[in-house]
Amino acid sequence: MNAWTRKDLVALDGLSREELTLVLDTAKAFKGVGERTLKKVPALRGRTMVNFFVEPSTRTRISFELAAMRLSADVVNISATASSLQKGESLKDTARNLQALHADIIVLRHSSAGAAQFLAERLDASVINGGDGSHEHPTQGLLDVFTMREHAGRIEGLEVAIVGDILFSRVARSNVHALVKLGAKVTLVGPTTLVPRSLEALGARVTHRLDDVLETADVVNLLRIQHERQRKEYFPSLGEYTSLFGLTKARAARLKPGCLIMHPGPINRGVEIDSDVADGSHSVILEQVTNGLAVRMAVLYLCGGGAGIQS
Amino acid sequence: MSIVKISNGRIIDPANGRDETGDLWIRDGVIADHPIPDAECVVIDASGLVVCPGLIDLHVHLREPGQSHKETIGSGTAAAAAGGFTTVVCMPNTNPVADSPATIRWIHERAKQVAKVNVFCTGAITKGLKGEELAPIGSMANAGIVAITDDGRCVQNNEVMRRALEYARMFDLPLLDHCQDYSLVADGVMHEGEWSVRLGLPGWPRIGEEMIVMRNILLSDLCDAPIHCQHISSGGSVPMLRAAKARGVKISAEVCPHHIALTDADLRGYDANFKMNPPLRTERDIEQLVEGIADGTIEILASDHAPHAAYEKEVELDLAPFGILGLETEFAVFCDELVHKRKAIDLPRLIEMLTIAPARLLKLDRGTLSPGAPADVTLLDPDVEWAYDVEKTASLSRNSPFHGRTFLGRAVRTIVGGETVWSL
Repeated sequence: MNAWTRKDLVALDGLSREELTLVLDTAKAFKGVGERTLKKVPALRGRTMVNFFVEPSTRTRISFELAAMRLSADVVNISATASSLQKGESLKDTARNLQALHADIIVLRHSSAGAAQFLAERLDASVINGGDGSHEHPTQGLLDVFTMREHAGRIEGLEVAIVGDILFSRVARSNVHALVKLGAKVTLVGPTTLVPRSLEALGARVTHRLDDVLETADVVNLLRIQHERQRKEYFPSLGEYTSLFGLTKARAARLKPGCLIMHPGPINRGVEIDSDVADGSHSVILEQVTNGLAVRMAVLYLCGGGAGIQS
Repeated sequence: MSIVKISNGRIIDPANGRDETGDLWIRDGVIADHPIPDAECVVIDASGLVVCPGLIDLHVHLREPGQSHKETIGSGTAAAAAGGFTTVVCMPNTNPVADSPATIRWIHERAKQVAKVNVFCTGAITKGLKGEELAPIGSMANAGIVAITDDGRCVQNNEVMRRALEYARMFDLPLLDHCQDYSLVADGVMHEGEWSVRLGLPGWPRIGEEMIVMRNILLSDLCDAPIHCQHISSGGSVPMLRAAKARGVKISAEVCPHHIALTDADLRGYDANFKMNPPLRTERDIEQLVEGIADGTIEILASDHAPHAAYEKEVELDLAPFGILGLETEFAVFCDELVHKRKAIDLPRLIEMLTIAPARLLKLDRGTLSPGAPADVTLLDPDVEWAYDVEKTASLSRNSPFHGRTFLGRAVRTIVGGETVWSL
């Protein structure tokens, strides 16, 4: 049964359990493609995908690009500096031009929350959100959940801790929406300034002590923490952040044996995660990158009109 | 001699405590004090309608000079007329800023040529609305401004604000303040709460307003001079205002239609027609604002009519300008929400808040049906059901969050100086 009727993937907030499961199952089927010598299927042959990245990104852009190529789609990349947005063209006008060129799928990365929804409402093309401001990064959320499910065999009842700058994190939001919908118990961890109580409205627990979750967590998902680009009043220094919320070797030693350590990258070694821990046995950080490809193939395939693949 | 008889309406004139069915007579553009027998007159049948002083909106952006692609004095006052307003007070955040007598005179001159309703001007508190140096308040007073305000912006420096208040007292000019603490609000675009967290948008917290409301209470008390807090959005501002008024501080406040009819949840579609400053808040805030309206803490209602071109609004939400249309839906929203739905006030009180209350604050000779007053009269049908169609607006812009919404109550005829300038 194909439960996917959406033209776009703008957010995980609002997706049903069935829709989430369908994407994950489809991704599982696609994961095998990447492991073959001939890494290509003809699912989107003749279709055009535009990677429209108004905000810089390397890994997400390349992951979408490879995913589209493996589905045999034609791919065009547009970055902020190369586009007419630099010349003052509006997002709406730029996108309408892409549509006039018969783009079938547009992947949008943008610094404004709501930008993907804005385009989705105005274009016939499928719009895939590649990250919009602090709102959502749905394919990252899906690949995180995919990785958890692959290891634990389930999401229901899983204890997941997400640590870091939750307030400004689109990765955290997408994770929370998918995990809560699929029955995981999510705890958001970080300083009071970056993890306000109001986040409980999303259905997660909030704590300001990493020690509270170390011994019970099945998954610890660490977010990249930045100080230089952020307003400095949220916390005093990276050093103090590491002392309170960094996954140090000592803290990692208290994790359950099978606990997964995840990170959406790029990682700051020695800040949110100790360098050895990042490379240690709990870490599935590179698997996330590999799984990202499969998940993006699934999303492109489904939004491009493909029937769901059940495993 | 021109004579108009508005016959058989329910005449509500809160300034004179009048509420009775009868005829209202106008002679040569002025309210007459008795029937004029055997005269040749224009008769307007007001059976089943309310006849009240022309509505006054003390918070309107007419966008001229400088932003005539959004609105002009002609189009903005046409929208006012279509909403039952006979008098509007325009804000100084034009281009150039209305911070000099020359610009004030230009607006007056232009209004004389094209305005459909009376236009009164405010002048800036500070040069260029920069919050640093005082604008020539005395010269602008001579040019006829009725208040000073940096609306759209808020003077952050408390010393500058104090001196402006003291200085304006010399000219008997009230100060209207857009209450926003910049450090607390920063780049906030919507109410800080569950929805800003969900939508990933920077929050504009209640305290960003409340901090300045409290500052204004303290300064008003210190200088014994009136400050009027514009577009109050936070429920938390109400108890502070209530307590200050109880001890005699010359503080007052206004509420806008959208802040009692819409909430932050309405931003879920990232539609910039729901983005204004201060932002939509929560049902809890609405309840406190309505309580403040019901008990008299808030005495004035206003629209903050803020037109923006479609192409300016149809962009990423955080990049879109703040502000929405208001004049054509203002009475309808207030009548529907405050009188019909929430039963917070009755119709005479609503009319009072839209007529004599703002007239008193700004010392305008308007807002009454007293004999001898200018014959600015609005005819209302407070019980008719209708739907707003923004495509038919008289404004140059279309940025209304109320498009397609149904209301109980509307204006049906607007009379300025004895002349009908709009009728349904």
